[in-house]
Amino acid sequence: MMTDVMTKTDAPILRLEGVSKTFNGQNGAVEALQPLSLDVRAGEFVCLLGPSGCGKSTLLNLIAGLERPTTGDVFANGRPVVGPGADRVLMFQDGALFPWLNVRANVEFGLRQTGLPKRERAGAAQRWIDAVHLTGFERSFVHELSGGMRQRVAIARALAIDPAILLMDEPFGALDAMTRDLMHRELESIWQSTRKTVLFVTHNVREAVALGDRVLVFAARPGRIVAEFRIDLPRPRSLEDHALVDQARRITAVLREAGANSNHSAARPGEPG
Amino acid sequence: METNMQQAPLPARAWSGLSIGRAQWAPWARRIIFFGGLFLTWEMIARAGIWPEYLFPAPSVVIGALANGIGKGLYLTAAWVSLQRIAVGYAISLAIGVALGLLIGRVRALNETLGSLVLGLQALPSVCWLPLAILWMGLSERAIIFVVVMGALFSITLGVEAGVKNTPPQYVKAARVLGARGLALYTEVVLPAALPAILSGLKQGWTFAWRSLMAGELLFYTLSLGNLLQTGRDLNDAAQVMAVMLMIIIVGVTIDQTVFAPLERRVRARWGLNM
Repeated sequence: MMTDVMTKTDAPILRLEGVSKTFNGQNGAVEALQPLSLDVRAGEFVCLLGPSGCGKSTLLNLIAGLERPTTGDVFANGRPVVGPGADRVLMFQDGALFPWLNVRANVEFGLRQTGLPKRERAGAAQRWIDAVHLTGFERSFVHELSGGMRQRVAIARALAIDPAILLMDEPFGALDAMTRDLMHRELESIWQSTRKTVLFVTHNVREAVALGDRVLVFAARPGRIVAEFRIDLPRPRSLEDHALVDQARRITAVLREAGANSNHSAARPGEPG
Repeated sequence: METNMQQAPLPARAWSGLSIGRAQWAPWARRIIFFGGLFLTWEMIARAGIWPEYLFPAPSVVIGALANGIGKGLYLTAAWVSLQRIAVGYAISLAIGVALGLLIGRVRALNETLGSLVLGLQALPSVCWLPLAILWMGLSERAIIFVVVMGALFSITLGVEAGVKNTPPQYVKAARVLGARGLALYTEVVLPAALPAILSGLKQGWTFAWRSLMAGELLFYTLSLGNLLQTGRDLNDAAQVMAVMLMIIIVGVTIDQTVFAPLERRVRARWGLNM
């Protein structure tokens, strides 16, 4: 009994074994991601940090099941990933909300795919709309919302189907600093109350340090992990905190060194990630 | 949630509503002056008596013929016949065109084969199908509807294809990670995402269908708008010909303004394309 529980909690919710991705473009093969292995514990907040084209978005696509790795395997909850699944939801930088649906219908979208009855769908959607503080905007359309509000809808839409793993691809990259700050605090509180596992892609060092339990530093061309930092600072974290600033400075130094070693002259305008 | 309130959307509709009154007044005034001048010139030339009235009637005579035709119910009955035909033909084009456009837009093998066939046929004015249609089906209702379908089908197909091809891949990805599969992916994401482009295809298809119908009806003996044109010619009655032409314009513009324009406005507004 006891050992059973132990293995359940200790087994990684997400395991990557020798996962790599090579794209075959018109200019030949591009190695977007060198083989990498990674374990993520349930409830962990992991930030993937790196410059454009370092393969961090590619990695999220592989975990989401939108693309298949060239080599290696992805395991979610011990099962190999062969396609998209309700246990993993990917969120995009622009939110990718559907403009033909209002806020409520957007949040309900995933639930409708599962065939959940209308009444339960509406209830679940409303709980998440309230949770992201968009009460009163249920009938608004996407173009009527600000960037921050759109990302709140995207978060609600992703969490409505109750995934174990939330994959976020630079979700706050297009927001102004103040809105971004607010979204950090809200995401942190949602994460703490739901205990979801979060993989968060960003190129902003302070954002990574403010949010992550762990920060994986990527380098580009070819995409690879060059360093890993464990962030043990108490939460909620402040961007002005000295310890946080120090930590961010150390990571920035690593990033810079990795960038200098990468062959930027070979950079292509369109990043593979 | 103070920040939340600051982010509340601007009431865009109210704002543009205020500016409409003054901004649209001037173009209408210019239009009235232009058309007034046009009709006046036409009236004077006709009154000068250079050409006989049965060849070049004054606008007042044409308007009289139009009022007379509508008053007797003849033009309205004819318009009703034509509208029924276009409704049937357009509905058929719509059903086939949407399915065909989806297939061509999403399946590469069909795009390379069927796609080029559609593109080729689109270059053929649909009236060119008329002789073949008459050979196959005789001077029948089916022949004329066939020509209408040939007029609208390819525009609709190409509109749907263009829309589906340009569906932002992000929407499809988002739908897939949220669990959308198979047919639902098409009906709930690909088609609605493509709707603005599809609508312009539908609108063009309507225009072509209306033109094909009028051309086809010229050859038919039963009462219809196109047939009234032909009767006017047979009677040496240019006033009737022009009155029916006006009638055809009126019906065409009315459908466009009551069906397609509001539909397009609504879709563009909701998709946020008006900014």
